[in-house]
Amino acid sequence: MLEQLARLGRVGIAILAHIGRGNILLFHILGGITDLATRPGLLIRQLYSVGVLSMLIISVSGTFVGMVLALQGHYTLSQFGAEQSLGVMVAASLVRELGPVVTALLFAGRAGSALTAEIGLMKATEQLSGLEMMAVDPIKRILTPRFLAGFISMPLLAGMFSALGILGGYFVGVGLLGVDDGAFWSQMQAKIDLHEDIYNGVIKSFVFGWVCTWIALFQGYEAVPTSEGVSRATTRTVVHSSLAVLGMDFILTALMFGG
Amino acid sequence: MTSDTDPLVKIRGLRFFRGERAIFDGVDIDIPRGKITAIMGPSGSGKTTLLKLIGGQLRPQAGSVEVDGQNIHRLSRRALYRLRIRMGMLFQSGALLTDISVFDNVAYPLREHAPLPSSMIRKLVLLKLESVGLRGARGLMPSELSGGMARRVALARAMALDPMMIMYDEPFTGQDPISLGVLVQLIRALNDASRITSIIVSHDVQETAEIADYIYVISNGRVIDHGSPDAMLKSNAPWTRQFMHGLADGPVPFHYPAPGLEQDLLGT
Ligand SMILES: Nc1ncnc2c1ncn2[C@@H]1O[C@H](COP(=O)(O)OP(=O)(O)OP(=O)(O)O)[C@@H](O)[C@H]1O
Ligand SMILES: [Mg+2]
Repeated sequence: MLEQLARLGRVGIAILAHIGRGNILLFHILGGITDLATRPGLLIRQLYSVGVLSMLIISVSGTFVGMVLALQGHYTLSQFGAEQSLGVMVAASLVRELGPVVTALLFAGRAGSALTAEIGLMKATEQLSGLEMMAVDPIKRILTPRFLAGFISMPLLAGMFSALGILGGYFVGVGLLGVDDGAFWSQMQAKIDLHEDIYNGVIKSFVFGWVCTWIALFQGYEAVPTSEGVSRATTRTVVHSSLAVLGMDFILTALMFGG
Repeated sequence: MTSDTDPLVKIRGLRFFRGERAIFDGVDIDIPRGKITAIMGPSGSGKTTLLKLIGGQLRPQAGSVEVDGQNIHRLSRRALYRLRIRMGMLFQSGALLTDISVFDNVAYPLREHAPLPSSMIRKLVLLKLESVGLRGARGLMPSELSGGMARRVALARAMALDPMMIMYDEPFTGQDPISLGVLVQLIRALNDASRITSIIVSHDVQETAEIADYIYVISNGRVIDHGSPDAMLKSNAPWTRQFMHGLADGPVPFHYPAPGLEQDLLGT
């Protein structure tokens, strides 16, 4: 009994210590932002590998999600004779929910895992130690630009996801299923609210960008410096990021639209 | 303050544990200025760990490490980084940045810490690469180098800022006889010309005895002997004799601490 209580306590302490280290790392990463102003090249290179290289999977997924939404939505809406509202339905689902959330899940799998593996391998091959011995802070030089790139890329990718999703929905709804072209766009314009829908969606993706990149960098930095350790850390990044995104999405949605 | 006769690195009562296991258990070492000091010892005796303790990357449980009169483990982050600019370290694995070329690797510390025009940096980098015989390899990526070449690039990088001290972790392993000769000369020349203090970690008795001014032998968490190479080679102390002459039998254990073989095999 006492033994189990002690074990529970140890696990609790370990979790708290883990969270604490994560926060210390985050502060350290944020402390490097001023340094980055003199080295814009570092950020641009990461924007390319974190953001630009994720564009393909994001745009393909966005288009297909929009097309499927239109198919499913048309079926349901037509039962109530409300096909004209297809545009609103597709746009609202994408901008409020699917855009930020699916982008974040894809981002965790595409960019987050890559970040973890890269940092973990840099640790395993002593590149991070090497930087330290050259009196260069590896957190500021390596982690900060990646963090910022993830934070900036996520909302842009989510925006792209939603925009292409709407186009996909338009293609299926108007092009294939015969919804009225004018109604598709005008209803969307009338009902989608800049603050209520778009801003809230953007806020969500900033939060997801922050959390996903933070988790990816922390897992890489804390990885056990062996091949097995790095592979485990990469898996953890995807699992933790996905769970965090879904959990935070519920909380954010409740706060934004629940009241 | 510090004078020229003070040792550059002064280690006192150093104790360092990995879990339960003592890697160092009360070690005192002096590294004199402008000399080549070798740290020798069997594999796994903590030589790399010692260099990381001197560089401030690991923190000892007790004891002190002073570099140029400053206690490494009491320094603020900023002061530690300032001191590290004057310490070069050659990692056992090379530790080159794999996403940039050989040239950029050697240029890295210069670009970080020396506000020089790029034409000047180019010249310095080419000179350093020339001295390790790899000027022609400047366009290669680290993944295209052999282990020995990577180590030599790492050496060029460690020398780039003309530090007051360079720590070499196994500089001789993986080098062919010609590169080996050149490296030995290079380390000697760095020492003679620029009065760089060198710490060489190695278990190559031959090469090390040839260039070192002073040798420490560590084993089992302690300094078991120290002295000039000649004295060490001629020493009659059983520990020293065994290590310097590569004898299998003697007091220095070849095995990682373990229960008796018989007991292990019988599975009890
Ligand atoms: N990260 C680590 N975690 C736990 N133990 C470690 C770690 N790194 C090294 N050790 C242990 O510390 C001891 C000393 O390691 P170190 O790398 O300093 O040896 P070394 O003298 O440099 O050996 P070699 O000559 O083979 O390079 C080893 O016995 C090893 O088991
Ligand atoms: Mg070693």
